[in-house]
Amino acid sequence: MASRPFEGINILDFTWTATGPASVNPLAFYGATVIKVESRGRFDALGSLGPFKDGIPEPERSYSFAYTQAGKRLSITLNLSHPRGQEIIRKLVEWADIVADSYVTGTMERWGLDYENLKKIKPDIIMMRTCMHGHTGPLAKQPGQGFILTALSGVDSLISWPDRAPSGAYGPFTDYVVPQLNTISIIAALDYRRRTGKGQYIDQSQHEATLGLIAPLILDYTVNKRDITGHGNRQPNAAPHGIYRCQGQERWCAVAVFTDAEWESFCKVIGKPSLASDPKFNTLAKRKENEDALDRVVEEWTSQRPPEEVMKLMQSSGVAAGLVSNARDMAEDRQFKHYNFFENREHPVQKNIPFSHGPNFRLSDEEYELGRSNLLGEHNDYVYTSILGFSDEEFVNLVAEGVI
Amino acid sequence: MAEKNEGMLSPYRVLDLTDEKGYFGAKLLGDLGADVIKIEKPAGDPGRSLGPFFHDEPGLEKSLFWMGLNTNKRGITLNLETAGGQEVFRQLCKTADIVIESFSPGYMESIGLGYEVLAKINPELIMTSISGFGQSGPYRDYKAPSIVLWALSGQSFVTGDADRAPLSTSYPIPYFFGGMQAAIGSLIAIFHRAVTGRGQYVDVPSILSLAWATGSDPQGLWLNDKAIVTRSGRYWPRPQPKPDGTIGYVNVPLTYPCKDGGVKFFPFVEQGQLPSTNGMTQWAIAEGCGTEAAKTVDWSTWNWQVVSQELVDDITGCFAALYMKHTKAELFEEAQKREIQLYPVFTAEDMLKFPQLSIRNFWEKVAHPELGETFTYPGAFTQLGEGSCRIKRRAPLIGEHNKEIYTGEMGMSENDMMLLKQKGDI
Repeated sequence: MASRPFEGINILDFTWTATGPASVNPLAFYGATVIKVESRGRFDALGSLGPFKDGIPEPERSYSFAYTQAGKRLSITLNLSHPRGQEIIRKLVEWADIVADSYVTGTMERWGLDYENLKKIKPDIIMMRTCMHGHTGPLAKQPGQGFILTALSGVDSLISWPDRAPSGAYGPFTDYVVPQLNTISIIAALDYRRRTGKGQYIDQSQHEATLGLIAPLILDYTVNKRDITGHGNRQPNAAPHGIYRCQGQERWCAVAVFTDAEWESFCKVIGKPSLASDPKFNTLAKRKENEDALDRVVEEWTSQRPPEEVMKLMQSSGVAAGLVSNARDMAEDRQFKHYNFFENREHPVQKNIPFSHGPNFRLSDEEYELGRSNLLGEHNDYVYTSILGFSDEEFVNLVAEGVI
Repeated sequence: MAEKNEGMLSPYRVLDLTDEKGYFGAKLLGDLGADVIKIEKPAGDPGRSLGPFFHDEPGLEKSLFWMGLNTNKRGITLNLETAGGQEVFRQLCKTADIVIESFSPGYMESIGLGYEVLAKINPELIMTSISGFGQSGPYRDYKAPSIVLWALSGQSFVTGDADRAPLSTSYPIPYFFGGMQAAIGSLIAIFHRAVTGRGQYVDVPSILSLAWATGSDPQGLWLNDKAIVTRSGRYWPRPQPKPDGTIGYVNVPLTYPCKDGGVKFFPFVEQGQLPSTNGMTQWAIAEGCGTEAAKTVDWSTWNWQVVSQELVDDITGCFAALYMKHTKAELFEEAQKREIQLYPVFTAEDMLKFPQLSIRNFWEKVAHPELGETFTYPGAFTQLGEGSCRIKRRAPLIGEHNKEIYTGEMGMSENDMMLLKQKGDI
């Protein structure tokens, strides 16, 4: 096999929780060596967030920790408050091409790991920092997380019924948006360094990063003074356009009809071809005008069938439709299986991690490699002796002195 | 090697054939300095008919959807379905680094411009295809508008209120996931090309990243515990394993109403999160909203797996009472002072007035002389020590850079260009 894209690229990973690790994972999938630094007193916060395997609240049993550590890493412990911590950090920075962290301003600084200091050790270092509000301005030290950033970023307002306060996104949705942008920045910085020999400082405000996605809605405000609002499952350019009840408990299917041709196909599929020319529904404007009545027609038909059948009949006639998949449907989905989306990784404590995911694209000429979440300090021996060059004796002493 | 410091990707040229399902991915490469050429049909890109519109007047040069997602690109018209247009495209591919497209799977092959053909013209070329479900597999040819992707990705089932149908998003967020993944895949291919000298093909099924974003709770609870997470609206359900091996849930509010809108807060008790949760509790008590349960709670020993719904309702009820006494601005300001992780549900106006964003010079004013106005855009997706990814040019008008690219860079004569125009090739 040819050398992998990031073979030889070293990442010193101080990130924790979801966004930071997810920013780094794609580089690990394609060959980068990642050392994750934790300490015995300060392990990754997701280790204490449930659900846990078998309900036992231990860090190595956390689903979310396992989920976000899908990229292969070497995990070490290091007590940065110990006087010898600085000596070791220096060696690690010399080893690294990239230093990544996801703390608010203050934490890395306290350890002497701000960009200016890193540059003194390694002039072409790339530093990737991601936090809620960026590392300048009055809120540089304000902590937060993706469960609530959805409110500041407009996402919650877009998942809502018009007659109610926003229902909002599920879970820490922005924690899955902003890492993608960080990965882009990191790879671009690596390529820039390869060509120019220059390092880079990446200061991502997660709030800023999310706002680019809704640029058209921001313009609708700055130009037209219209606020960001949700309109349930309807869209101005389609009808029917909704999520309809199907046969069974909590079974639903999305159906969307944009053009008149699709409308005709839809009417044939539901066995009412004459409905296509019904003056109440024969143009998009009419369908929008009579959308409540139209939705009743749709649901009368869908509610007598399982959603899988609705999807299949509609899609095979060129009408957009999709099962509202629950986690079981996802696990059994033929398209996800085709892309091998759910992978299983063996794990010493969880035994299996059946919800492991690699990159969300496929390269024609490159395989990816999936890792699994590590135990705390799992690779101390290897990293301290083989990578940092401490003798076995020195390593034992570092452990005894409480440095590791 | 000396390089102009205009962006980290300044040596690269991207041919952007995308529609709304991919605009964002190519734009991100342009933000980082790549020379992105948006290729439109001679009559204008279909995305130009998508609203919102400037002053609510529909028009091909008035789509704010188009303007917001095509900054930092140049624009040419080119007909990919005529022999003459295809010849021009093949010429362009000789000097391009990335072709990025979001047509229905198989379309590029059907017009004779599939990856196999383009790779023969330029073996170093990277071709990236964005689609709903991918270039292969049983759903390959399924129609994939935003609502269908949101549904099949697992997002819909967990979004919305329990008493109504599952919810979709009113703005096509799924397309942005495909776009971002396309940029990542393209850049990995670019980086690797420097070593191998070869381009490759990148297949981006938008459904994958969107499904990944449902996270570990729904997936893990099904695959390990055979439990299904359903939509619970403004609550975040925390799982509780029962003695018989099944899973129950305690519903914890995540969004609360306040005097003039809504705020979001969650009493996390995980590593590093206690100051925020303790701070919130003390604040509620200080304002007379604390019940006995709130006054005596010890968050450091709190266990979501066993707490009762009654206790959760009691304590979060104290927070709810406090929030109803204040406006979201008051709550946000005080929360910052107390280092509490609470955010208001922002309107667009709130975003524009937010001091942190102005102080970091996030917003950018972009001039539109054709419309006689200058208006404010969201700025860089990240701040960089070297170079920037700010807005360097507004979205192109139809065919705005035809002359610059066809005659200036490809060496056509004015006459050749006019002939192509007459034939409908450009």
